[in-house]
Amino acid sequence: MYLGQPLTRAGRWTRAGITSGPAALWLGIFLVLPLAAILAISFLTRGEYGGVELRFTFDSYKRLAGFGELGFDSLYPVVLGRSLALGMATAVLCLAAALPLAFFIARLSERYKGAALTLVVIPFWTNLLIRTYAWQILFSPNSWLTIAAHSLGIGTAGEALYPGMLAVLTGMVCDFLPFMVLPLYASVEKMDWTLAEAAADLGADRWRVFRHALLPQIWPGLGAGFILVFLPATGQFVIPDLLGGAKTAMLGNVIQQQFASSRDWPFGSAIAAVALLLVLVGLAIFQRKGSKHEVLP
Amino acid sequence: MRRPGWFLSAIAAGFYIFLYAPIVVIIVFSFNAARFGTVWEGFTTKWYGALLHDSAALSATKNTLQLALVSTGIATLLGSLLAFGLTRIDFPGRKIFDRVLYVPVFVPDIILATSLLLFYSLVGSFIPALELGMTTMILGHVTFQISFVAIVVRARLAGLDPALEEAARDLGAGEWKTFLHVTLPLMLPGVLAGAMLAFTLSLDDFIVSFFTSGPGSTTLPILIYSSVKRGLTPDINALATLIILISVLATISLTWLQKNKQDPHPKK
Repeated sequence: MYLGQPLTRAGRWTRAGITSGPAALWLGIFLVLPLAAILAISFLTRGEYGGVELRFTFDSYKRLAGFGELGFDSLYPVVLGRSLALGMATAVLCLAAALPLAFFIARLSERYKGAALTLVVIPFWTNLLIRTYAWQILFSPNSWLTIAAHSLGIGTAGEALYPGMLAVLTGMVCDFLPFMVLPLYASVEKMDWTLAEAAADLGADRWRVFRHALLPQIWPGLGAGFILVFLPATGQFVIPDLLGGAKTAMLGNVIQQQFASSRDWPFGSAIAAVALLLVLVGLAIFQRKGSKHEVLP
Repeated sequence: MRRPGWFLSAIAAGFYIFLYAPIVVIIVFSFNAARFGTVWEGFTTKWYGALLHDSAALSATKNTLQLALVSTGIATLLGSLLAFGLTRIDFPGRKIFDRVLYVPVFVPDIILATSLLLFYSLVGSFIPALELGMTTMILGHVTFQISFVAIVVRARLAGLDPALEEAARDLGAGEWKTFLHVTLPLMLPGVLAGAMLAFTLSLDDFIVSFFTSGPGSTTLPILIYSSVKRGLTPDINALATLIILISVLATISLTWLQKNKQDPHPKK
């Protein structure tokens, strides 16, 4: 059926070709082919002058796993683990922050709801680079924030709070918070509050009301927010680059290094391929759960 | 439903301050007289004046707008057509296409950027037009924009009442006429929203631009990044403040536009 009229097989293909064909061709050439190229090159050998030699090898993957030419080196397994841990920490912290924020907005009267939501969306539309380097100013040695942190025993007096893990994590949570608030709010907004009242009437305490009457209703939004934060956060490049140092290097930074300064394309490709695999597996699990519509902007 | 209590309100206020602290700090420091460092040395507006004579900033602005306009145009056309195909025509492979569409949304920019860089260097030796520069940046931007446009337009098309199009056909309108007079006007708000999203994504993009740019095609985000890396120059704060101002105005007007353009024919 097409616009309410039956269609022949050939007619369907013609129309599919005209409408979806151009985009399919474009994505085939500029998305699928380049990603396939990354995969192919990750199995090749690095050329002497930074290019690529057509010799099949698993060396790049071995090196990524820690088994390089000079014996075991934990550098890259540690980077991989750190990226996953930092992505997870960002997602968990964003969730902890977004949950009260989503409930707060959902409980506001209609008059203020729109404004409260717009206030969450504005930073989301503001350039990431700008918001990230602003933390360099906020964490500089003589800012109020740094002095206050020093008095609480965080950091060394007279020194900046960046580069470091704390700065990276702060920048990450600040950047990704809207990605968590929006899908979570969409779920909280649709929630049936009478279930909570019923649970309370039947004698459930506050925790049980949340756990059994509210939480099941917001699972889809929670899942969407988690995947929207965790996957991109794991591959973040700008934030660890501007607020962190060598000790906080993540997958994105190591990939950039291989392509920019080291010019080791096969190794850079291998890291990118592993990160890509990670994302595709995460995405497939998520889409299987069938909650992809919660993600729509 | 209960209104938020003081405890929840206080927590929410804390998170709003956290979200806005970086933005406020940039705006404040764009009026700081100090040339170097992060110490406040008095109020000035001279950095805004300096911006007008900064040829690097002006050419980066021109590049950014050119890149965003061209790529948004291409992506809006391709993405809207695709959304129409995905919602209105049942062809084999549609389900797979639906999933591939989400790949650019979730895959970290750095992977898209490096894969494009690799691809351009591999193919570039055969096709001279693919030398790194404005063309390769436009090709890269369209690639991630198509998905966002298609997802937004598809949501709009999926929410329309199919009876409207069927009625037009039953009353004797050909498919082209039906598309032009019924489907297109109804999907237009979605197309507009998709285009605005694509435009903003292009303006904001740093990583894909950074990897696929050539000499002379520096954009504002690339300019900001290299200035930050070299140590802050104060007129970058002024530039950033102007960008923030535009983002805020765009967000508010877009929200307002959507609120006042409710769908007159919702799906039953």
